[in-house]
Amino acid sequence: MRVALFVSCLVDLFRPSAGFAAVKLLERLGAEVVVPPAQTCCGQPAYNSGDFNTARELARPLVDALAFYDHVVVPSGSCAGMLITHYPELFKAEPLWQAKAETLAARTRELSAFLAEHGGDDFIDASFAGKVAMHDSCSSRRELGVLDQPRALLGQVSGLEPVELKDAETCCGFGGTFCVKYPDISGRMVSDKAEAVVASGADLLVSGDLGCLMNIAGRLKRMGSPVRVYHLAEVLAGMTSSPGIGDGAIENSPLAIAEPEKP
Amino acid sequence: MSDSRAAILARIAKALAHEAAADAPEIVQRIEAHARGPLPQWPHSTRERFIEKLEQVVGTWAEVASPAHIAQAVGDYLAAQNLAKALAVAPHPLLDGIIWPEGFQAERRRAVGDDHVSLAVAFCAIAETGSLMLLAGPDSPTTLNFLPDDFLCVLPTNRIVPRMEDAWALLREERGAMPRATNIVTGPSRTADVEQTIQLGAHGPRRLHVLLLQGGA
Amino acid sequence: MKPTSHAFSSNAHRALHDRTLQQALAKAGVGFVDKRRAAIDGLPEFQALKEAGRRIKDHTLANLDHYLLRFEAQVQAAGGRVHWAATPQEACAAVLDICQKSGAKMVAKGKSMVGEEIAINDALEGAGFEVVETDLGEYIIQIAHEPPSHIIAPAVHKTRQQIADLFQNLHHQPGLTRPLQTVPQIVDEARQVLREKFLAADVGITGANFLIAETGSTVIVTNEGNGDLSATLPRVHIVLASIEKLVPNLEDTSVLLRLLARSATGQEITSYTTFFTGPRRSEDLDGPEEFHVVLVDNGRSRMLGGDYHEMLRCIRCGACLNHCPVYGAVGGHAYGWVYPGPMGAVLTPLMVGLDEGRPLPNASTLCGRCEEVCPMAIPLPKMLREHRRQEFAQRLTPPRARWALAAWAYLAKRPELYRLATRLAIKLLNLMSGGKGRFRSLLFAQAWTAARDLPAPQRDTFMAQWQQRRKP
Repeated sequence: MRVALFVSCLVDLFRPSAGFAAVKLLERLGAEVVVPPAQTCCGQPAYNSGDFNTARELARPLVDALAFYDHVVVPSGSCAGMLITHYPELFKAEPLWQAKAETLAARTRELSAFLAEHGGDDFIDASFAGKVAMHDSCSSRRELGVLDQPRALLGQVSGLEPVELKDAETCCGFGGTFCVKYPDISGRMVSDKAEAVVASGADLLVSGDLGCLMNIAGRLKRMGSPVRVYHLAEVLAGMTSSPGIGDGAIENSPLAIAEPEKP
Repeated sequence: MSDSRAAILARIAKALAHEAAADAPEIVQRIEAHARGPLPQWPHSTRERFIEKLEQVVGTWAEVASPAHIAQAVGDYLAAQNLAKALAVAPHPLLDGIIWPEGFQAERRRAVGDDHVSLAVAFCAIAETGSLMLLAGPDSPTTLNFLPDDFLCVLPTNRIVPRMEDAWALLREERGAMPRATNIVTGPSRTADVEQTIQLGAHGPRRLHVLLLQGGA
Repeated sequence: MKPTSHAFSSNAHRALHDRTLQQALAKAGVGFVDKRRAAIDGLPEFQALKEAGRRIKDHTLANLDHYLLRFEAQVQAAGGRVHWAATPQEACAAVLDICQKSGAKMVAKGKSMVGEEIAINDALEGAGFEVVETDLGEYIIQIAHEPPSHIIAPAVHKTRQQIADLFQNLHHQPGLTRPLQTVPQIVDEARQVLREKFLAADVGITGANFLIAETGSTVIVTNEGNGDLSATLPRVHIVLASIEKLVPNLEDTSVLLRLLARSATGQEITSYTTFFTGPRRSEDLDGPEEFHVVLVDNGRSRMLGGDYHEMLRCIRCGACLNHCPVYGAVGGHAYGWVYPGPMGAVLTPLMVGLDEGRPLPNASTLCGRCEEVCPMAIPLPKMLREHRRQEFAQRLTPPRARWALAAWAYLAKRPELYRLATRLAIKLLNLMSGGKGRFRSLLFAQAWTAARDLPAPQRDTFMAQWQQRRKP
């Protein structure tokens, strides 16, 4: 089983460890993981800014680059949603490309959906002692209907106690360029979300989307909250001993403080 | 104005790529088929459903054995509410034979601005939502349904139909055409315009009391 | 009303810092959401009804001209008159003409969003008529000289205290010294004041939730009973309705009614659902002598068959407003025109122009909750994106945003260069963060760091690390 990983630009740039966690999980399933080098960005910023031409120019090479694999896996509901639901729409006036986009869409999965589909009930051997809240990105929840899969996977992490967020269906306020175009409103939305995280009593916040994670982590850190934030893949791959998103290697990481005791 | 009519219709015709006709056969057929959409179901009887839903919208009710007992039921209600024995009564044939006891001021007419109590007869009721349906006409002036503080409505129990669609069928069968106003009344008047707090008696009746007439009209 | 949609950002900023408004919004939001959820959970047939409702609207729109003509013929058969208005000006002129011919002085108005759209109150007052809004929420904002901030709860932005103060100031003539603290006291006060207006009005204007081709009936869905009093007591009843309100018959209306109240207020049905068919009949004891329907187009026939066609399915329930996180944060006035929230962000640019309305489609995370709760399954996010496409195509996007997008796209289309450039930037950022893991502030990222820290990147990009790992 050859699996192409479309790592997504935010994971590539800000959270490579989430990408490596995804690779680790896919390899545990026996997949041969390939990272096609032609990938940069799925084109969503252009698409949502109304620049459909640029979005198509970015989509075409990616559609070709991802064409020859059994599966394409994306550690982001938002980028997966772009490939799965929006590429076919984007090429609706170009039958040839639309057909290619639809073929790609059929093979593409958001990471947790793919793992839940192929992983079985016991392939995760991570452990974490504490409460974990799952935030679903709007794309995962509404575009892809990915809701139960990440929870089922988290259920396999030993010692983990799941908690749900109040108003879980509400957007965190990231919204791609929205967060910088309307910082006031985005700030209010992420404040509400961060408060819901704190109120849940969670030790960790996880999500399958790095945009939401950077947004909520940034707000939690600004509030001085000790809640640590990870990509879902990192928790499933047992990588919670590294600093969370927005945490430094030295300060603010309980695990980092514990490090000197290690042999 | 007729220019606008032509212009609007022309724009629509262009968008839809056909010529407008009030009697397009497929349209007439579609209208007259009176096809029903998905119909909500419930386990209990039509009457039970009506009462359950009426109570949910804070309507009250009392049973009345026959038209001869209506005056008594009205008197009981007025006494319980501590209201004066004055009311505007619909000139409905069902209410023709009522003999009002001494001291009652019951006038057969439409309602006016300072009426406190009215009495009318429902055309039918809809069990699904606990609603009364009243048809404007000489025997059922619309003002009775809206102006007074207390609206009392006689409902023959054999006139409770399951759903709105059944009410339409009944209306077509018995009346043929729509009256000036068809009122589907579900509970008393209410508003939530002040801080989303529900308050009864905004402009219409503060209370709705249904007199369930046994056996029917 | 003169739109201020172009100033959405500053409107929103003010709204976010208006403590009274924030109190009012906080109270409203949760209630609508919870009540709708409970109402829908209580009806297993809701999904099937939603699909049926959509089919009804799609069919009617696909045959809209047939149905309009049929409706017109039926109104006339019932003794009413139909007036066609392509523009707000024509609609106002038709209403003024009817009022003048009937020798009217006072107009009692039920709630009508089309009325807001065509600014009928301004037109009537300009022509010397007294206009009284009779829906409690509409009355409150009329005396506050404000537009509605919600399509079904026009005064949702007002607190009880603000309303009490408004009433105190306006109604303080001798004899009106009733206490105004509690909700019942406020509602009672309005009931007494407005009752006199109903009785004195010469013309009643209402909107319409549906127009029924089968019978020539217009339907209003209300809770207060003010619409019915406005339509029953005055000599003349004028219905203001937009052309997409058509439905074929009474059965279709029943399907849509089941969807409307549940989606709007979480009720199974509102207190009053009324079907008006023509003026009073010769034997009737009450009701208006004249019945007029003013059919308003105002751009709708241009939406038909186009990119925004599906928006014409909208039944104005307000669910998209109630579930929109942006609406919930800033309220309706920030949107700067008649229709707020997601449906407003689609309609406003179509009705006042993209140049004026362009911020609205952008002020959305495209989170999709509006589409999810829409009983007519209108793809609102897709339409917001379509507005953005047209904005970009017409070069209305601000230059800074265009340049940033162009620069990023230049790199993104060149993977080798992109990897080099991003790798340098990431290493630099990582260095600048000094191991703290985040930035409290950063040049060029103030918009982000105003409300939150910016998580710092790890030491190198994934693509660079992956390449190193692959090297033997």
